[in-house]
Amino acid sequence: MNDTIIKVSNIVTRFGTNVIHDGINLSVRRGEIYGLLGGSGSGKSTLLKQMIMLLRPESGEITLLGHNLMSISRNDAASLRHYWGVLFQGGALYSSLTVAENVGIKLREYTELPENMIEELVQMKIKMVGLPPTAATLYPAELSGGMIKRAALARALAMDPQLLFLDEPTSGLDPIGAEAFDNLLIELRDILGLTVVMVTHDLDSIWTIVDRFAVLGEKKVIAEGTLKEVLHASHPIVQQFFGGSRGQIRSRDGK
Amino acid sequence: MQSTQSQQAKIEKLHDLNEDNTVRLKSSGDWTIDTLHDAAEMLTEMTSTYRNVPILWDVSATGRVDSAGMLLFIRSFDALKANQCSVDVVGATSEHEKIYQLVRRYAFGHREAKPALFSRLLMPFNRIGRRFVAFLTDLKDFLAFTGENFINLLLAIVHPRTIRFGAIVKNIEEAGVRAMPIVALTSFLIGVVIAYQGAVQLEKFGANIFIVDMIALSVTRELSPLITAIVVAGRTGSSYTAQLGVMKITEEIDAMRTMGFDPHRFLVLPRIFALIIALPLMIFFADIIGIGAGMFISHIHLNLSYPEFIHRLQKVLAVKHVWVGIGKGPFFAWLIATVGCFRGFQVSKNTESIGRYTTISVVNAIFLVIACDALFSVVFTELGI
Ligand SMILES: Nc1ncnc2c1ncn2[C@@H]1O[C@H](COP(=O)(O)OP(=O)(O)O)[C@@H](O)[C@H]1O
Ligand SMILES: [Mg+2]
Repeated sequence: MNDTIIKVSNIVTRFGTNVIHDGINLSVRRGEIYGLLGGSGSGKSTLLKQMIMLLRPESGEITLLGHNLMSISRNDAASLRHYWGVLFQGGALYSSLTVAENVGIKLREYTELPENMIEELVQMKIKMVGLPPTAATLYPAELSGGMIKRAALARALAMDPQLLFLDEPTSGLDPIGAEAFDNLLIELRDILGLTVVMVTHDLDSIWTIVDRFAVLGEKKVIAEGTLKEVLHASHPIVQQFFGGSRGQIRSRDGK
Repeated sequence: MQSTQSQQAKIEKLHDLNEDNTVRLKSSGDWTIDTLHDAAEMLTEMTSTYRNVPILWDVSATGRVDSAGMLLFIRSFDALKANQCSVDVVGATSEHEKIYQLVRRYAFGHREAKPALFSRLLMPFNRIGRRFVAFLTDLKDFLAFTGENFINLLLAIVHPRTIRFGAIVKNIEEAGVRAMPIVALTSFLIGVVIAYQGAVQLEKFGANIFIVDMIALSVTRELSPLITAIVVAGRTGSSYTAQLGVMKITEEIDAMRTMGFDPHRFLVLPRIFALIIALPLMIFFADIIGIGAGMFISHIHLNLSYPEFIHRLQKVLAVKHVWVGIGKGPFFAWLIATVGCFRGFQVSKNTESIGRYTTISVVNAIFLVIACDALFSVVFTELGI
């Protein structure tokens, strides 16, 4: 299970003269839940967008499932896009479609399943992420922030992706909802063998579900590994992150 | 994601070896979302044919299964059970078990969705009714909007200091000054068209000079107010709707309300004032360009010299005709700006509705302008103005 499925090497990113990443290296293994941590503006979302081919780094290489994203062919790129699931920070639901239509859009476009089966699959995913069945016919504008996150997760899960990218999935959820979210991710990972890359600030998630993670800071990865390994790193930013009052409460009560 | 490469089409085989009446099913291949198509069709057919027979389902040859594949299995399994078949499943791995538990937990049963025939027949009437009610609500909302707007107008007149002069000037520039090129071009072309059409007819009677009467009166009284208003409705009315609509979506309007900035005072009144000021001026501008174009064509086509044209113009174009045209301006402006802002506030929270309401706003504004112009024609004729 330890083969690397995402490898990021020496990424440099610049917006104008503003350098965001200056030599980022990290690797994600199959079947793990991988966290990307860092303060606001440290370039986590940007890195995630580079992994899903929305942005191109200025230099460096990203290899995803054996494809080099810098020189990937159109067909390979298209098939990657069919099979991964992405949850954006703001949900990015299509505002003119209902929740059910949002969740089913890739099923309708990319599979040839009969309509009634697609509907059932959609209902199932909606129930899975903890939305009430009545939410299916609502438009994104009629949902609360937490419901948008859940609907977006249901959409990301629609095709049973092997690879899931999540940008701050639990921010905006109540603690109970966030825990249910974490449990669902673990369950799916164990049963369906998902690999998850998630940007998160949520210390609870880091303690309970993330297998390995990278901490971004000063334009580089300042620590990477399991929680134990990272806590041993004595970098001041890491200490700050886990040494703050929120972090300390967690490490007292945590596992 | 190896499945993308090693994609085995999943097959559903049926061994109908009749020993003890048992139907033997055997599934194999990967049961994943993009390999299911044929199996789904075959299974739907099978589940409706078997009734009250024992079934032995061997799943040992099945490879990868995802939630879609498992859902298909569960659907078929339940359908067979519902047909009084006894189903024995053999050969499931522990992986299969786990996915089965997961999907079982979240799967819904079948649902009957189709409405009954009677209610489907009634649907068109239902729709007509809804449309009509929607129209009435629209009308009511519009009246409420104009009422609120009028009260704010009175307040603004009582407290002139609250008027946002900066915003008015900015809107005049946006709606008036920047629209001058397109107004100039359209009214020039209108002048050309009138002159050509008139010239052909008048030349037959040798009544060349009357081209001046024709151009002067039609342009000042009717054409330039109408054409300018239509251009402005398309250009400014639509942008009012879009601007306010975006602010509605991004909750800027709600934010303004909570800070005590009344959107009518800050957004609507400046736009209405600006257009009421700008449109009459633009109509006057269009008058000049339109008559100028007519003069130019008369010179080329009818050999009417410029001094002759101007001399005749002074004689036939009483100043009241110009005032009639310009006087329509504020009314048209009020209609366009009010409809534009009203539709902007109606935008609901999705991006698609901006497009829809912008279109509606332009169509409404143009219709209202033409209707209002027709009303003016009748009134002025009756009054003999
Ligand atoms: N399209 C863009 N143009 C210019 N700067 C950007 C753009 N997107 C992000 N940035 C900058 O890059 C930095 C990292 O942003 P982001 O990856 O969103 O941070 P975060 O780690 O909070 O997700 C920020 O300083 C942001 O201002
Ligand atoms: Mg971010």
